[in-house]
Amino acid sequence: MSFEPFAVITSNTIVLAQNNIDTDQIIPARFLTTTSKDGLGKSVFYDWRYDAQGNLRPDSVLDAVPAQTHKILVAGANFGCGSSREHAPWALSDFGFRVVISSDIADIFKSNALKNGLLPVEIDDATHAALLATPGQQVTVDLETQTVVYGENQQASFTVEPFARRCLLDGVDPLGHLLNQMDNIQQYESARP
Amino acid sequence: MPKTLFDKLWEQHVVEPETEEAPAVLYIDLHLIHEVTSPQAFTVLKERGLNVRRPDLTIGTLDHSTPTLPPDQNGKLPYISAQAEKQVHTLIENCAAHDVELFGLDDPRRGIVHVIGPELGLTQPGKTIVCGDSHTSTHGAFGALAFGIGTTEVGHVLATQCVLQRKPKTMRIQFDGVLPKGSSAKDMALAFIAHIGADGGQGYAIEFAGEAVRTLSMEGRMTLCNMSIEAGARSGMVAPDETTFSWLRGRDYAPNDNDWEAAVADWRSLCTDDGAVFDSEVQIDVSDLRPMITFGVSPDAAISVDSPMPMGEDEAARLANEYMQFEGGQPFTTARVDRVFIGSCTNSRLSDLREAANIMRGRRVRDGVTALVVPGSEAVRKAAEAENLHEIFLAAGAQWRLPGCSMCIGMNGDQGQPGELVISTSNRNFKGRQGKGVRTVLASPATAAASAVAGHIADPRQFMDQEV
Repeated sequence: MSFEPFAVITSNTIVLAQNNIDTDQIIPARFLTTTSKDGLGKSVFYDWRYDAQGNLRPDSVLDAVPAQTHKILVAGANFGCGSSREHAPWALSDFGFRVVISSDIADIFKSNALKNGLLPVEIDDATHAALLATPGQQVTVDLETQTVVYGENQQASFTVEPFARRCLLDGVDPLGHLLNQMDNIQQYESARP
Repeated sequence: MPKTLFDKLWEQHVVEPETEEAPAVLYIDLHLIHEVTSPQAFTVLKERGLNVRRPDLTIGTLDHSTPTLPPDQNGKLPYISAQAEKQVHTLIENCAAHDVELFGLDDPRRGIVHVIGPELGLTQPGKTIVCGDSHTSTHGAFGALAFGIGTTEVGHVLATQCVLQRKPKTMRIQFDGVLPKGSSAKDMALAFIAHIGADGGQGYAIEFAGEAVRTLSMEGRMTLCNMSIEAGARSGMVAPDETTFSWLRGRDYAPNDNDWEAAVADWRSLCTDDGAVFDSEVQIDVSDLRPMITFGVSPDAAISVDSPMPMGEDEAARLANEYMQFEGGQPFTTARVDRVFIGSCTNSRLSDLREAANIMRGRRVRDGVTALVVPGSEAVRKAAEAENLHEIFLAAGAQWRLPGCSMCIGMNGDQGQPGELVISTSNRNFKGRQGKGVRTVLASPATAAASAVAGHIADPRQFMDQEV
């Protein structure tokens, strides 16, 4: 899966306000038998979106609005906790999300998301509360300036790990960065007992 | 300057130190791979024309998608789907193509990745260990720096034997006191997660210390470190000591007799120096720790089994009670159990099975309760059968399965039915984790076994005092 360089995203939000939304909610384990990264979007939040017969629930928040105009997910604290499955950001990206905003995003999920063009944004509690309170609002997320603009020009700042930020902005490839270190890696190995 | 155990492990593995612009390049001594989180990483290798750089430091096993029921008359394993079977075969092919040692379907060394690493002696003090699995923290029990990574990073390690990492903060969780009879490492794990919260360890490398940790067996330490991630911490560790060394000695991949003394001398330096400073310190006294269970849908919603069901003071607690069908103020013994799962990388080792067997011996699983006992590895299965534990389980009416992750994640079809209450020795009580609509209660092997026998959530201590 390739991703477009990330600059500024202006889109509407979808809000899932619960705390501790774990990766089993984002993509249930039964969808993990795939050997590909593609096509997981249809199964994202499957058990929240579909009933026991596999019919889309009429109250599915994720399906009430078009994905093309709602690329920002605002979620409760500790989003993405649980397993290391990269299928979670693959599924969210494939569904159409480009940004996840929360007060607090689980470490492994955050690391995985950043490698797949899905920007995890951790913001202060007041901004978080404001975004949770108004689903559907238009929000601008600027990775270059690391700011979120919402409501009537209200602004909040966030920080993204600088290397991951450069990777997203400039298309720097982390594996390429590691491969460029091969001399150092070999040196390290030869210096070990 | 005094250093923490974590600082020592980190410094020994830094190839390139971190800077403002870039994370550290951290060398990995052992890379464990399994069928679920590796196929897409091998695809990237193929696309970029790369090889596995250190197949000798890479080990594969099959555990998540593998059936725990035996093959049929034609030797065919009952996979949940053709896709699951394909996933298993993809790892077999990838390992063969890249010269990676795989403990495959018929291999007596096969088992859950976090069970076999230690039992084969692959897991050793001082190593950095990664796996595309969040419970890689388990290996920290040996004084290793071990953490879960995503599939992209699995590809990085396959190609370069390194990962890019920012140095985490450090937290010490000190368990003081003597653990009372009836309580176990699982209860300590649930207690610390409840104490610091499901995100309380986020951004930290945890070191578990104190008298109650020193007196734990290696299996107990593994259970404790295993659940670090349920508090959001990617790694948990225990400084190695005589318990560690004697457990490792003689294992297949452990240093042999010629190298043993030198290895142990090295390992002895792996401890936190007096006066070393942690970013966060937590103290928990276990003297009164009673058997713990979870009551909600996050592992930090844990309480002692003899407490009344919580009232659901806030919205989240109310929703948890609603999902779990628990009524505030009632005793947990009123909750009827449908299914019991004894297994997973948290609690599927020989000592866990003994703990469960001690309660099931001479008793019957209550009518209407389905109990699954799933050993963590072929070696555990063999050892358990050698001491007839399987006979105890089978005589009690429980099922004795083949090794694998089984109902912890339910990928292979071992699942509960919607609405069922499952008492599980695994690590996650997330909604639907063990099957759509399944209500999961996490507990120790003793509590799970006691609940299987009682037919409702039960305090194992009442079964421990009476011989049958």
